[in-house]
Amino acid sequence: MSTAVGVKEILGKNLAIDADSNLVNLSDWNEEIAKELAKEEGINELTEKHFQVINYMRKVFSETGDAPSIRKLTKDSGVDTKEFYELFPKGPAKKAARIAGLPKPKGCI
Amino acid sequence: MKNLLILGAGTAGTMMLNKMHKALLPDKWRITIVDNVETHYYQPGFLFIPFGIYTEKDVVKPKKDFFPEGVNVINTEIWKVLPEFNKVHLASGIILDYDLLIIATGSRIAPEETEGLTGKLWKKDIFDFYTLDGAKALAEKLKNWEGGKLVINITEMPIKCPVAPLEFAFLADAFFEDKGIREKVHIQYVTPLAEAFTKHKSAEILGHYLEDKGIELVAEFNTGRIDNDGKKLVSWDEREVEFDLLVTVPTNKGADYIETSGLGDELNFVPTDKHTLQATGHENIFVIGDASNIPTSKAGSVAHFESEILKENIIHYINAEPLKAKFDGHANCFIESGHGKAFLIDFNYDVEPLPGNFPFAHLGPFKLLKETKMNHLGKLMFKWAYWNLLLKGKELPMGSDMSLKGKILDEKFKDIFITDKQQLSKLSGE
Repeated sequence: MSTAVGVKEILGKNLAIDADSNLVNLSDWNEEIAKELAKEEGINELTEKHFQVINYMRKVFSETGDAPSIRKLTKDSGVDTKEFYELFPKGPAKKAARIAGLPKPKGCI
Repeated sequence: MKNLLILGAGTAGTMMLNKMHKALLPDKWRITIVDNVETHYYQPGFLFIPFGIYTEKDVVKPKKDFFPEGVNVINTEIWKVLPEFNKVHLASGIILDYDLLIIATGSRIAPEETEGLTGKLWKKDIFDFYTLDGAKALAEKLKNWEGGKLVINITEMPIKCPVAPLEFAFLADAFFEDKGIREKVHIQYVTPLAEAFTKHKSAEILGHYLEDKGIELVAEFNTGRIDNDGKKLVSWDEREVEFDLLVTVPTNKGADYIETSGLGDELNFVPTDKHTLQATGHENIFVIGDASNIPTSKAGSVAHFESEILKENIIHYINAEPLKAKFDGHANCFIESGHGKAFLIDFNYDVEPLPGNFPFAHLGPFKLLKETKMNHLGKLMFKWAYWNLLLKGKELPMGSDMSLKGKILDEKFKDIFITDKQQLSKLSGE
């Protein structure tokens, strides 16, 4: 879990955020919060497909402690790479993680 | 008689073979190594081939020259590991039993993973330099190439030797300058990462070199396909980069048998404990080098630092003791920057690359995060050390764990560079 560096007010609640402005506590997240975070990322409406990705990412995170790679996600979540980029344009892995209330993916070394 | 089986006789497998051959009693352990290729490639040297600095003879030797006497060598393809039965099936039909298995089959490029990459332009206007054939074909191409749009592209991470494409860009800049056609070559560095270096602190200190050398950075570009007719890269989000000559680092994957055996992740890398190097869920399987999924660079230096740790842990395992040796993620890379100069970076899981001096017995010190001639000489001398010391499992004048000796650690850097404060006090106490 990432370290809190501040708080952010979303829907009247003060939620802990990390240096990347991602939520710190998994339990602070809900679908309404996700919609607010999505707006900040320029996505005005979260569809069922969006939530299919988000829920899959949260599941993997709770099992492994890191968000899945794009390759793993597009292999297992039922959303293919093309679709994933359409759902979360420009930097989908980072964007989807943020909307899912997860820290920025550790990614690659 | 017990069986130690090593899969893969590349850098990591050969080092482990030599170390375990010395460490294990010959009347108690039979050691077998399996690899389908009989030539050992000095892969760090591939980078120099396109520019005519090295040729094939600099980078190949027979693998058998590095095998100790008395080990069993099998030259065949691996088909499948059956961990629940402690057996490995080979493509030739032979079945091998093991008490202890070391997976060291590395990573390979998989250009077939990207649509259009191996199309009609492959080896005509599109080249890789991660294989000997690719590097040689590119050398031929560069001899007569008169300029245009040169694009260096990393398809997706992780890749083996993450600094190699950057070194390629620097060497290309110098190569075309020396040829007197630099102004006719537009160089673009196209990467899925947010910046040129995988380590953010290196990017902060060294990032301006790209600009100084007139190399354009195209960041966060995730290559979706290659348009052969339009001669352009197209990203998954439909951005386009045109090229006349494309130097690609394709997707990297672990060996196919890893997938067949159900031992790998989505890229066939084996989930591995990053400190003990034991395969997740298999206590008598250990993984070394590029084949694992541990979060450090896929590089020969890493395999070298891992090899001492792994030897110790294998001995612990045999003696039914806890696996006390812990790998710290130590990586050490010379980065060629052209015109006979290079940088050196040194880091581990918790400590980002730091500036300062890197102590090295007899030769050093080398300057960290600075462009010097000495670093370049270090890189060239490393070839000798690789063939004569490293592969044979002999000691190099540096330890496995990263050391902070010589690194500049004033207050400013402490805050910037050390991601784990406990790690700092542990390392400084050396």
